[in-house]
Amino acid sequence: MTTMAMNAAIRSAIDVMMERDDNVVVFGEDIGYFGGVFRCTEGLQAKYGSERVFDAPIAEGGIVGAAVGMGAYGLRPVIEIQFADYVYPGLDQLISEAARLRYRSSAEFTAPLTVRMPCGGGIHGGQTHSQSPESLFTHVCGLITVIPSNPYDAKGLLIASIEDDDPVIFLEPKRLYNGPFDGHHDKPVVPWAGHPLGEVPDGYYRVELGSAAIRRPGDDLTVLAYGTMVYVAEAAAEETGIDAEIIDLRTLLPLDTDTIEASVAKTGRCVIVHEATRTSGFGAELSATVQELCFYHLEAPIERVTGWDTPYPHAQEWDYFPGPARVGAAYRRVIAA
Amino acid sequence: MIEGVPLRFRIPEPPARPGERADFSYIVVPPAGSARRPEIETDPSEMRDLAYSLIRVLDDDGSATGPWIPELEPDALYHGLRAMVMTRTYDDRMLMAQRQGKTSFYMRCTGEEAIAVGHALELDRDDMFFPTYRNQGWLIARRWPLVEMMCQVFSNEKDRLHGRQMPIMYSAREVGFFSISGNLGTQFIQAVGWAMASAIKGDTRIASGMVGEGTTAEADFHNALTFATTYQAPVILNIVNNQWAISTFQGIAGGNQSTFAARAIGHGIPALRVDGNDYLAVIAATRWAAQRARANLGPTVIEWLTYRAAAHSTSDDPSRYRPADEWKSWPLGDPIERLKNHLIARGDWSEEQHRDLVADVDREVLAAARDAESYGTLLDGRVASAKSIFEDVYKDMPPHLQRQRRQMEDER
Repeated sequence: MTTMAMNAAIRSAIDVMMERDDNVVVFGEDIGYFGGVFRCTEGLQAKYGSERVFDAPIAEGGIVGAAVGMGAYGLRPVIEIQFADYVYPGLDQLISEAARLRYRSSAEFTAPLTVRMPCGGGIHGGQTHSQSPESLFTHVCGLITVIPSNPYDAKGLLIASIEDDDPVIFLEPKRLYNGPFDGHHDKPVVPWAGHPLGEVPDGYYRVELGSAAIRRPGDDLTVLAYGTMVYVAEAAAEETGIDAEIIDLRTLLPLDTDTIEASVAKTGRCVIVHEATRTSGFGAELSATVQELCFYHLEAPIERVTGWDTPYPHAQEWDYFPGPARVGAAYRRVIAA
Repeated sequence: MIEGVPLRFRIPEPPARPGERADFSYIVVPPAGSARRPEIETDPSEMRDLAYSLIRVLDDDGSATGPWIPELEPDALYHGLRAMVMTRTYDDRMLMAQRQGKTSFYMRCTGEEAIAVGHALELDRDDMFFPTYRNQGWLIARRWPLVEMMCQVFSNEKDRLHGRQMPIMYSAREVGFFSISGNLGTQFIQAVGWAMASAIKGDTRIASGMVGEGTTAEADFHNALTFATTYQAPVILNIVNNQWAISTFQGIAGGNQSTFAARAIGHGIPALRVDGNDYLAVIAATRWAAQRARANLGPTVIEWLTYRAAAHSTSDDPSRYRPADEWKSWPLGDPIERLKNHLIARGDWSEEQHRDLVADVDREVLAAARDAESYGTLLDGRVASAKSIFEDVYKDMPPHLQRQRRQMEDER
C-alpha cells in the first residue's frame, strides 16, 4: 500500500496495465514527454517508450478516430482528452463509431478503448474547463460511463475499464486529483494522505464496473452522488446532523440499481446531487429510476441538487457549484416533507 | 488599396443542369503515358506535380503506354475484368430486388468498378481496407460469397449482421473489409489508426481508406491527413472523385479551386491523381503507394478521377439535378469497356468471349440470388430475429438490456 493522490493512482493503473499488456498504448495532447497537464501520465513515456506513450495533434476527433482504428487492429488504446470540455469534436467518433462498431459488425470489429477526461469545476476554469458532460455519454448505448471519487477506486476502476472489451468513458473529477474536496473552497486543501481511500495497493486489482459503494450508511434519507459531490454530500450530512445514507454510484452506466433500490426502500427519501446542469442531466434518469423502483416506499418528493442551467461561470464559480449549504437545504426539505 | 468595393459572395455552380448539354471541359485529359513515374523513395516535395497531372495507362485505342504500365499476368487482367463485370451485374440484380420490395435500399457503383476491384486485387490479403458504401467491388474481387452479400442486403435469416445494419453496410473481416459506417469520413482516420497500430507492433500489414470527394470537407478527412503525416503511417488515403455527392457537385467541396489530390501537399504527403476508369492505372498507382507504405516511406494520397454513372442510391433521382445523359459524355469512358478493349487489342480476348463472360456471370449472380432469397427477404418477412436487437450492444448484456429484452418479449 502507498498513499497516492488520485492522479498518481490513475498513473499507477496505466502503469500496471502497460506492464501487463503490450497492446495498451497511451496518447493524447501533452501526455508524452511532459506527462499531461494534470500529470496523470508522468514518467510513462520514459518507462515504456514513445511508441506506446506519445503526444497527439490537437484534434479530439482524430484522437478518438485513430483509437477506434487501433482498437479494431487489436490494441487497447487509453486516450486522454485534456478537458472533458474539449471532447465535443470527438463525439461523432465516440457515438457513431466506437459505441456502434460491435453492433454494426456483429462483433467482427470492436473498439476496446478507454477515454479518460478530467471533468467538473472548482479550479476557476470557467465554462471551457469545468463541465460535467456525463449525461451525453450515458445517453449513448454501447458506451460505459465511469466516474471515480477517490484514489483507490480510480485505480481499480481504470484497470477494469482498460480490460473491458467495450469503449469506456472515464471521467476524472479534477478537483479530486489532490484531495477529497467537500465544497468548502475557503478552507485549506485536505490531501489524500490520511484518507482511508488514499491508501492504494501498488499492484494490480480491479474495482468492478457497474457497482456502487455506500460511503456513509444512514437511515434518514438516501443520497445518490458521484465524483466530487460524494464529499459535499458527506459534509452536508455532518453539518445538518441528518443521518444520510450516501451512495457513490462510481459507474453511471451500467447503473447499480440494486444498491439504489435497497437504500431508498429503507430510507423512503432520496436526494440526487450532481455538478452538471439540471435539465436532462443524469439526475433526471436517477429520479425516474427511483420513482419506477421505489414509488411505494417514497415518503417525500425526490430532490435534485445540481449545477444551474447556465454555462459554468468564472468569477461566480462558488455560486454555481452545488456546495454543502445547498445540499444541506435539500436534506432538510426532504426530511420535513 | 481599393476602398468601398462591395464584397461579392460566390457560390460554385456545376457546368450543366437538367436539360442542358453535359460539359466536362473542366476535366483536362492528358494523353495516356504522359505522367512521369518517380521512384518511391523520391522526396514528396519533388513530386508535387503528380497532384495536378493525371496518371493514365490505357489510351483511346486500348493500348497500354508509358512508365506506369504495371507488370501483370494476363490471368490477373482477366480476373479484374470478370470482377468488374460481376460487380455491375450484381448491382443491377440488387437494384431490381429493391424495386421488387425485397430490400429497402441499394447503392450501385456503376462506372466506378475499376477502383475497388483493382485496389482489392493489388493489396495483400492481410491488409485492411476501410471502405465507403460504394466499394462492393472489393468484396466481389476477393471472392467473398455473393450469397453472403445478398443475405446482408435482404436482412434475412442468414444475414450475419442479423438485420441490424442497413443494406450494403457489409462487414467482412476475413477479406480485409472493415465494417461500413453510414457516417461519412469517419473510417478515414480509423484507417490511419489501424496503420499506426500495425507500425507500433512492427507488423508488415498496411491499411487503406477511401472517401468520396464530397467527404474531403469533413474534419475527419483532415484529421486523417494530419495523423498520417505526423506519424508517417503506412496507409493509402484514397479520394474517389466521382463528381457528385448526391446532388452536390465537386465544386461545393472546393474542387473548382484545386485538385483533391493537392490537399496532400500541405501535409508533405505525396499525392497521385489517377484515371480511376483505367484498370491498369488503378493497379499501378495502388502498387506504388503500397510499396511506399511497406517500405516505411509513409502515407500516400490518391485521387481517383471517375464518374458516378448511377443514382446516389435507390432513394435518389439524378435527373433532377444533372443532365440525364451526362455519363455518356464523361471523357474517361467506361472502365469495363476500356479493359475489355485492351485485352482485345493485346489479342487475349474477343467480343465473343466477352459475351460468354457476361452470360456466365449473369447465371452465377442469378443462382446466388435464388439461393439468398431462399433464406428470406423483406418481401416475405423472413428477416433476422427481433431478439437479436439487444445483442452486441455490449460484449456482455447488462441488466437493463436484459430487462428490456424480457419486456419486449412479454409485450409482443
